Amino acid sequence: MTDTVVPDATRPVIDVSDVTKIYEMGVNKVLALRGVNLKVFPGELLAVMGSSGSGKSTLMNILGCLDVPTAGRYTLDGVRVDGLSRNALADLRNQKLGFVFQGFNLLPRTSAIENVELPLIYDRSGRWKDTRALAGEALGRVGLGERLHHQPSELSGGQQQRVAIARALVNHPTLLLADEPTGNLDSRTTVGVMVLFQALNDQGITIVIVTHEPEVSRYAKRIVEMRDGRIIHDHPVEDRQNAAADLKALGDEVIGFPAEASAA
Amino acid sequence: MKQRTLLRLAWQSIIKNKMRTLLTMLGIVIGVGAVIVMVAVGQGAQSQIEAQISSLGTNLIIVLPGSTAQGGVSQGAATFNRLSIEDAEKLKREGTTFAAVSPVVSTRLVVIGPQGNWRTSINGVSADYFTIRDWTVTSGETFIDADVTSGRKIAVLGATVAKQLFPGQDPTGSQIQIGHAPFTVTGVLTAKGQNASGQDQDDIILMPYTTAQTRLSGNVRIGQILISTFSPGDIPAAQTEITAIMRESHRLGDGADDDFTVRNQTEIAKAATSTTSVMSGLLAAIASVSLIVGGIGIMNIMLVSVTERTREIGIRMAIGARGSDVLTQFLVESIVMSILGGIIGLAAGYGGSLLLAHLTGWRTVVPLFAVLIAVGFSAAVGVFFGYYPARKAAALNPIEALRYE
Repeated sequence: MTDTVVPDATRPVIDVSDVTKIYEMGVNKVLALRGVNLKVFPGELLAVMGSSGSGKSTLMNILGCLDVPTAGRYTLDGVRVDGLSRNALADLRNQKLGFVFQGFNLLPRTSAIENVELPLIYDRSGRWKDTRALAGEALGRVGLGERLHHQPSELSGGQQQRVAIARALVNHPTLLLADEPTGNLDSRTTVGVMVLFQALNDQGITIVIVTHEPEVSRYAKRIVEMRDGRIIHDHPVEDRQNAAADLKALGDEVIGFPAEASAA
Repeated sequence: MKQRTLLRLAWQSIIKNKMRTLLTMLGIVIGVGAVIVMVAVGQGAQSQIEAQISSLGTNLIIVLPGSTAQGGVSQGAATFNRLSIEDAEKLKREGTTFAAVSPVVSTRLVVIGPQGNWRTSINGVSADYFTIRDWTVTSGETFIDADVTSGRKIAVLGATVAKQLFPGQDPTGSQIQIGHAPFTVTGVLTAKGQNASGQDQDDIILMPYTTAQTRLSGNVRIGQILISTFSPGDIPAAQTEITAIMRESHRLGDGADDDFTVRNQTEIAKAATSTTSVMSGLLAAIASVSLIVGGIGIMNIMLVSVTERTREIGIRMAIGARGSDVLTQFLVESIVMSILGGIIGLAAGYGGSLLLAHLTGWRTVVPLFAVLIAVGFSAAVGVFFGYYPARKAAALNPIEALRYE
């Protein structure tokens, strides 16, 4: 897709520098992040791994501009995020980010196309004209062009997650964040979703996936492992798997970007 | 967000829970409906009274005996009787702003007709009286100034009296006996119906006041003097003039209080309608309590709805909705719900007041201001009671809202 712009490959999309996050729960102080440094450059497909309590969710919330660090600096695509107001964070999420959640988080009793359109109706820059058509296009990109008016309850788990991915893509984000995107899916559907992520990444979209499944991280280009609020390992994936090939081996049809996926 | 999108969102969420929405709106429907019915009844009563007051005559001023204030203390009317024929004649002679002047000498007597008798009120008046009270005859004729001067023994019957004494006949030209004197009936008055206090205005006989004073009881004093002006604008000037002439006629010194009372029609109408307006105000106030209760119902449901949709709010915030977007969404929802309830209540209230009018025979009037107030008030209820839940929604932390089960 030509409209996914990669302006400067040397400027990091994510620049986290010495970020600390402390939660105060009554008298207890919980150190969720203890000085995290992380740079993610355009075109990366990063998997953040770690057990529960490792701080990966907290990092995810900060990277997603849902939360701000207690100390340290976070720059997203050249914008300093720490210290921004609630409204500025909301606008940043709307303009630069796409979210994919574990539980899909689609609005119930709302059609697929309306779910996908959602980020566009909260846009304040006025850059989207025909929001309905854009939503339909995004659903087409994830291979759900035939299911525009189905409600979440009428879709399978894999289809719901693809709707969620379409919603995350519809605003052409500079960063796509996925929080345990395959946590609620069986292994076969998981591979299907990873096909999509790899295909999107091949188009130049920077993706960060938080996961605890090693199978998922094998599809990434780089893995960051966390423990006790710190990054303990940060290494590229040497034996990177091709999800499309795996899916074919499983005997399933590749849905969404068939051309790009098979070329990759 | 576009207004159309906001309204669509609100509408979608309202129709997703039809039963709940309906029950929530019921409070507003009943509240607005009750206000409309109460105002309709109150306004109906008031307009009926106003119609009756204006049936007294146009541009009417009444002079009553007795003072309303003596040395600053209000004494009420008829403290003592000091109106005379001379007063009436002087007013008629010297007044420049009066269209007509008539004294009223009043008594109650039994009237004997050819087929029975009837106790009624006998008013001795001048020929001007028919002009002042805007009273015409259905048959025969009224009397003229010459009849008054000569004290002719003639009578004009009210419609009720004519019906009682001459059932099914035209009494014009017939003889009746009042007290011990025979009178000739010259005409029958057009029916006026009941007055403001429920008395039958047609249960009356009119005759020249000279005749009434000489032929009936020895009452030479006058109950009241009626005066009409040419136009409503003349009334204040006329009242000043009346006071001056009356003070001169009664030879009151500069320091003395008036020993008479001058009232115009507006004042009479005001006195008569003040009770009903207090009543209808009270009813409307009670009815608006149910509007407030309806508003609390909306607040309750909106609070439940915010809790229920915490996750939805989290999703919306995660993808870029500001707190104000969420606030507006919930506020529009409660406003749409309450306005919808208001409109349904309006229709119900209108139907209810028509039904009430049909069943009881009361006059009901639904004034435009009540319609506007009812709809405006229901919208205000939506804003007022929707604001707190909407703010609660807007203040949610997106991370916690997303985690909410």
